[in-house]
Amino acid sequence: MILDSKIPEGPLAEKWDKHKFNVKLVNPANKRKYDIIVVGTGLAGASAAATLAELGYNVKAFCYQDSPRRAHSIAAQGGINAAKNYQNDGDSVYRLFYDTIKGGDYRAREANVYRLAQVSVNIIDQCVAQGVPFAREYGGLLANRSFGGAQVSRTFYARGQTGQQLLLGAYSALNRQIAYGKVKLYPRTEMLDLVMVDGKARGIVTRHLVTGKIESHSAHAVILATGGYGNVFFLSTNAMGSNATAAWRAYKKGAFFANPCFTQIHPTCIPVSGGYQSKLTLMSESLRNDGRVWVPKAVGDNRAPQDIPEDERDYFLERKYPSFGNLVPRDVASRNAKQACDEGRGVGTTKLAVYLDFADVIKRDGADKVAQKYGNLFDMYAKITGEDPYTTPMRIYPAVHYTMGGLWVDYNLMTTVPGLYATGECNFSDHGANRLGASALMQGLADGYFVIPYTIGDYLAQMPSTRVETSHPAFKEAETALKASVDRLLSINGTRTVDEFHKALGQIMWDYCGMARNAEGLQFAKQEIRKLRDEFWRDVKIVGVNEELNITLEKAGRVADFLELGELMVDDALNRNESCGGHFREEFQTPENEALRDDENYTYVAAWQYTGDNQQAVLHKEELKFENVKLTQRSYK
Amino acid sequence: MAGNNPNSKPMNLTLKVWRQKNFQSAGKMETYQVKDISPEMSFLEMMDVLNEDLLRKGIDPVAFDHDCREGICGTCSLYINGRAHGPERGTTTCQLHMRKFSDGDTITIEPWRAGPFPILKDLIVDRSAMDRIQQAGGYISVNTGGVPDANEIPIPKDIADKAFDAATCIQCGACVAACKNGSAMLFVSAKVSQLALLPQGKVERKTRVENMVAQMDKEGFGSCTNIGSCAAECPVGISLENIAKLNREYIGAAFTSENV
Repeated sequence: MILDSKIPEGPLAEKWDKHKFNVKLVNPANKRKYDIIVVGTGLAGASAAATLAELGYNVKAFCYQDSPRRAHSIAAQGGINAAKNYQNDGDSVYRLFYDTIKGGDYRAREANVYRLAQVSVNIIDQCVAQGVPFAREYGGLLANRSFGGAQVSRTFYARGQTGQQLLLGAYSALNRQIAYGKVKLYPRTEMLDLVMVDGKARGIVTRHLVTGKIESHSAHAVILATGGYGNVFFLSTNAMGSNATAAWRAYKKGAFFANPCFTQIHPTCIPVSGGYQSKLTLMSESLRNDGRVWVPKAVGDNRAPQDIPEDERDYFLERKYPSFGNLVPRDVASRNAKQACDEGRGVGTTKLAVYLDFADVIKRDGADKVAQKYGNLFDMYAKITGEDPYTTPMRIYPAVHYTMGGLWVDYNLMTTVPGLYATGECNFSDHGANRLGASALMQGLADGYFVIPYTIGDYLAQMPSTRVETSHPAFKEAETALKASVDRLLSINGTRTVDEFHKALGQIMWDYCGMARNAEGLQFAKQEIRKLRDEFWRDVKIVGVNEELNITLEKAGRVADFLELGELMVDDALNRNESCGGHFREEFQTPENEALRDDENYTYVAAWQYTGDNQQAVLHKEELKFENVKLTQRSYK
Repeated sequence: MAGNNPNSKPMNLTLKVWRQKNFQSAGKMETYQVKDISPEMSFLEMMDVLNEDLLRKGIDPVAFDHDCREGICGTCSLYINGRAHGPERGTTTCQLHMRKFSDGDTITIEPWRAGPFPILKDLIVDRSAMDRIQQAGGYISVNTGGVPDANEIPIPKDIADKAFDAATCIQCGACVAACKNGSAMLFVSAKVSQLALLPQGKVERKTRVENMVAQMDKEGFGSCTNIGSCAAECPVGISLENIAKLNREYIGAAFTSENV
């Protein structure tokens, strides 16, 4: 199979406009004859569901949460990028495009990223019209800040909760369509399989998380907006319920999975404090605008931070990257923190932390001013750690935060399964090997509000509006298979809990497929994951029955999928014999320990095809062509 | 295990937990012991420890709602020792840490109690009534596309900040649970205020407040008697001023709206 990215011909800046003209349209009167399933109600899902319903399609929206407003987009803090150039500081669509391609270490598609930068400006207009309360200046116009190493101020924000405010905007648009009867909402409902009829995605099978009822839903197209797979690592900044099941089961039905090893480890998280830890909390990287990262110069220096004199501290980011300093991209900041800890210079009782120190800015601007900027983050830190960051430097350590990999999609956001689309973090398309700060919210909303509503019409316009009934054998087969797999899980009656398996998997992934990887470790990890998966299916302990609210059964299904996805991530990391962005292979680094890309051999998207349980997945390559940007070694010195 | 203060001792606690199989069944309090709880744990991590222990004994773990564990998604709930989200002010249950408790404590854990929040299992309640109130009018009727440039709608900073304060509601339902009448006024007022303050929301302000209040009444939420428990227990500090604003909006709409 040859992967066709369907990138339109023509100059970069004209591709999207041309494509919008060339796509086929569904007649307004005919739109009501088409049904679309949207799985996930975060930014990418809620925006798509609302917009498609506004256009006239019948939408069914699914989420595992009790309310669509709780999807994990809500936890995004920092902001959303847009090439508005309101600050007159030299920003443009092209600069946002260029920064995103470069930040992604040249492993993303030019055409997709350019379109993302183009529609970014519409997102801000849309959100303001919905009543999203972005930060404003005294003149009443919108405020911006520079974020995550960008040289321009293009980030729009809503205090430290931009994600919540943007999601509430999309949620309100969704609610309006629910009230009109154009969207039917299915909360506390989890997609567990994709149903194909005549080679096309025609529906899903779900389990209701309160009653256990297994049900089929039919449609003309299915959109997965189910987020990322960071919870493979057990500990991540994802919500407890975030999972890869919908995407993984679509993969098993023929959707290729692209670049699974590209995971982002965020540098400013609160460190792990003990074995009971259930999740990690991120603190906005805006903190790096004023906080200074350091460790003691000497190995094994156990003094309290305030007792370590200035000349015995190593401000390692400022030392190694004088021009970007503490504002280097996430992957660089994370790797350097790990390196400092590996050298034995970590701080705190676990020694797996570095300091983020605000003493200088407090001295310069006063505690009040610092509180205005970062008050809520400081409070959150104090609540979790019991320490006061105004007087003691914060301790931070990198944590899994975002997954750049995901289902392979073409320019229309369609997967390799006709009629199955993937949007937001669920797809792989825009961030390459490393995502820039404040770009996740941008991509989720770009896909949902401004891309999929055009591209899905092109597909629907070319298919008859005839519906497939859920009594169709394809649905019945999928339901039967699902019930059998649930029964199998319930019948194991082993001795180890689901969380024990999940934690064990997370540890393997973190140790061997985390911030630094090498071939030997990855090969070892592959064997360990296989062993663990085998043990899971022999020895997992689940109590209760299917026909009830069963929290261990829910989790077991998700962890079973993580145990497979983890292996694919390892395969992908092994295959990619280079370092790029969040993927750092120790064998491939420059003399200064920076990531060493191999553009000649690896300028491609690795898209994996499922071939059967416990079978080696098959690799397909989509060559990336850079016609507008020259590939260079990223340098933040 | 604390960062720079390793002198925190593990605790043993007695938990009294509401157990209820489903909506139809009767529930009751069960008593459990948990041991070696680190003060650095979050309250929900302590619950995880309990659940792992129950599971190993073959007992159905305690079902409770939770997701982001960062205090923003509004999924977690729990009535802890008679307080919505527990003893610490301005804190969701997921951000409450065990260092607020002492060795030997007995902790009572119950679900939200309010007529419109039926119990689904153990500590999980159905809060979809709040979604239905939002669906009744918690939006500005704009379709995607065709909107003015964002900076064509200047908004004075103090108004924008006020709207923001109201917009921070996480829809957890603590206000309803804390209220002796089971009133949802604080929740509804937060959305009404946010949108009524903003120029974009003014067009529909009358119908919005009427529709949302009508849905609130239809769901069976109680009346507001201005006690203020809601604001006292709100984890994100939604102010009572919003209820005053809601009342003004509602009365104003009643006098001037053509919809009544």
